[in-house]
Amino acid sequence: MGKYLLNKVLIAIATVFVLATATFFLMKLIPGDPFASLKTKAAVQEKQREYYGLDQPVAAQYVRYLGNLLRGDLGWSLKKAGRSVVDIIREGFPVSARLGLTSLFFSVLTGLLFGILCAQFRNRWPDYLLMLVAVLGIALPSMVLGPLMRYFFGVRLKWLPVVGWGTPDKMIMPAIVLGLGTVAGETRAMRASMLGVMTQDYITTARAKGLNRAQVVLRHEVKNSLVPIVTGLGPGIAGIMMGSFVVESMFLIPGLGRYFVDSITNLDYPLIMGLTIFYGAFLVTMNLLVDVVYGLLDPRIRESGRKKVK
Amino acid sequence: MENDRSAVSFRPDDFERLPPPSAVDAAIVRQQTTYWKDVWRTFRKNRTALISLLVITLLILMVIFGPMLNEFDYRTNDYSAINQPPNAVHWFGTDNMGRDIWTRVWEGGRISLLIAVLATLIPEVIGMLIGGVSGYFGGWLDTLIMRLIDVLMGIPSLIYMILLMLVFGSGSVMTLIIAISLTGWMGAARATRGLVLQIKARDFVTASETLGAPAWWIIVKRLIPNTLGIRVVGITMSIPSVIFYEAFLSYIGLGVTPPTPSWGQLIKAAGENFRYYPYQFIIPCVMVGITMLCFNLVGDGLRDALDPKLRG
Repeated sequence: MGKYLLNKVLIAIATVFVLATATFFLMKLIPGDPFASLKTKAAVQEKQREYYGLDQPVAAQYVRYLGNLLRGDLGWSLKKAGRSVVDIIREGFPVSARLGLTSLFFSVLTGLLFGILCAQFRNRWPDYLLMLVAVLGIALPSMVLGPLMRYFFGVRLKWLPVVGWGTPDKMIMPAIVLGLGTVAGETRAMRASMLGVMTQDYITTARAKGLNRAQVVLRHEVKNSLVPIVTGLGPGIAGIMMGSFVVESMFLIPGLGRYFVDSITNLDYPLIMGLTIFYGAFLVTMNLLVDVVYGLLDPRIRESGRKKVK
Repeated sequence: MENDRSAVSFRPDDFERLPPPSAVDAAIVRQQTTYWKDVWRTFRKNRTALISLLVITLLILMVIFGPMLNEFDYRTNDYSAINQPPNAVHWFGTDNMGRDIWTRVWEGGRISLLIAVLATLIPEVIGMLIGGVSGYFGGWLDTLIMRLIDVLMGIPSLIYMILLMLVFGSGSVMTLIIAISLTGWMGAARATRGLVLQIKARDFVTASETLGAPAWWIIVKRLIPNTLGIRVVGITMSIPSVIFYEAFLSYIGLGVTPPTPSWGQLIKAAGENFRYYPYQFIIPCVMVGITMLCFNLVGDGLRDALDPKLRG
């Protein structure tokens, strides 16, 4: 377990470093000068470049940039005057996190339920129906599903507010739109895993002991099929994060995803860089957590390294 | 006891000569089944997958020939016919600049599918070569490549893509393909390496090595072709995700530039006026939906056909 964890942590650190470096040099490659378009005197532009350290050699800029990163300083937004990138993250991230967690909860729960039902009714109509619903979740990307749901549930039926943020009812639609993409993956993983478990000898034993069907399913089959759901969480979180760029802009939610899309439209480079690194580091951390949980769940990894002590 | 056995003696008529092998007995009556024939036989039984394959074929034909079926082209504006609903002249109606949506949808599909196919195949080939080399040579090279892939895969691909699109300048189809390719080869490399590790210990590889085949030949001609069968599912499944990436990048303003249409572009443009001109939005959405659904179903069918455990 220790070696496994150490390996994962080292890779995570390397990943964030590579991402930070790649972001820096890619941004340097973008043609154009942030101050050249301003109608200011050459001397003023020179002063501005000096102020932002852009007159120094690239290597020096890179070192300074890494130093700032380590101190948690991601720079200042170009277009939102007087706001630092860290400020914007502090403001937007809690909103995105709430939305993301809600939709992750929704998608895992739905996927779990669908997967269990599919496996129990294998190759009968509930299996086909639920798999179809799950696959439709993949076939309808958020930019398609969002406007459709908004139209039917918001405009036609007037059940839910069309846009906005702040009250729980405003969160239902975005959370569903965001989560539906991952439902299919979870359903598929759960179904396959459970079908594998159902043919194991210990399930026959459990039945032979005289447990009823519900007990066999809940106590033995579900519990032993959960590992792929945990590993699926990593890609699930990544998918929801990407989806949040679309969904937050669509539903006018003041989260980080919307700031990110805005920063791309406005070419607000420091904000793009800062958010890229933040998102990268966040996902790497999440994947690391998933790996740790996976390691705890899987006895082959949990027990590895212990044998040597014996 | 042992003496007893040696004491057994045979008489000449204990043995009888077998009749010479006749042609009828030895001939394999049933036609031989190749791997792909076998896969096709299982795949064909899956009606959903078969229908999906037909729909994909139809879509590809329409994308090629659809724009030729009427006299409009995708960029000519006709301001006397703005936002027309579907009618006899404009089969899918017109958009807010009076452009024919039938033509734009198929023309856009051409671009979306072109991106999808190229941005799936190019990283797959790159990944296969890298994975093949890594798996075949093993040792420090393998460790190096695999650690590199571990690190690169940790970075969310979409974020990478966004950065690359900003650097290359968004707009052209080529840039999109390059950006998606640069971020997509790692998965293919890892999968191919895993398969190569299994295959390289097989006798036919040893035979090639003994005959003095160079390493590149073994990788390209022996190892990679034998991984293809299993990789086909992954390849089919990655087409819908590339279509999604294209739609996504178009949505946040980094896709192909107007007036060139793509499905993502059409969805984005029409999404704003969905309430007033729903057909402008729904038609490209249906196309994207059908394409993603069909490729997924074909992928599922292939997975079932290729996996001996799931057969039957």
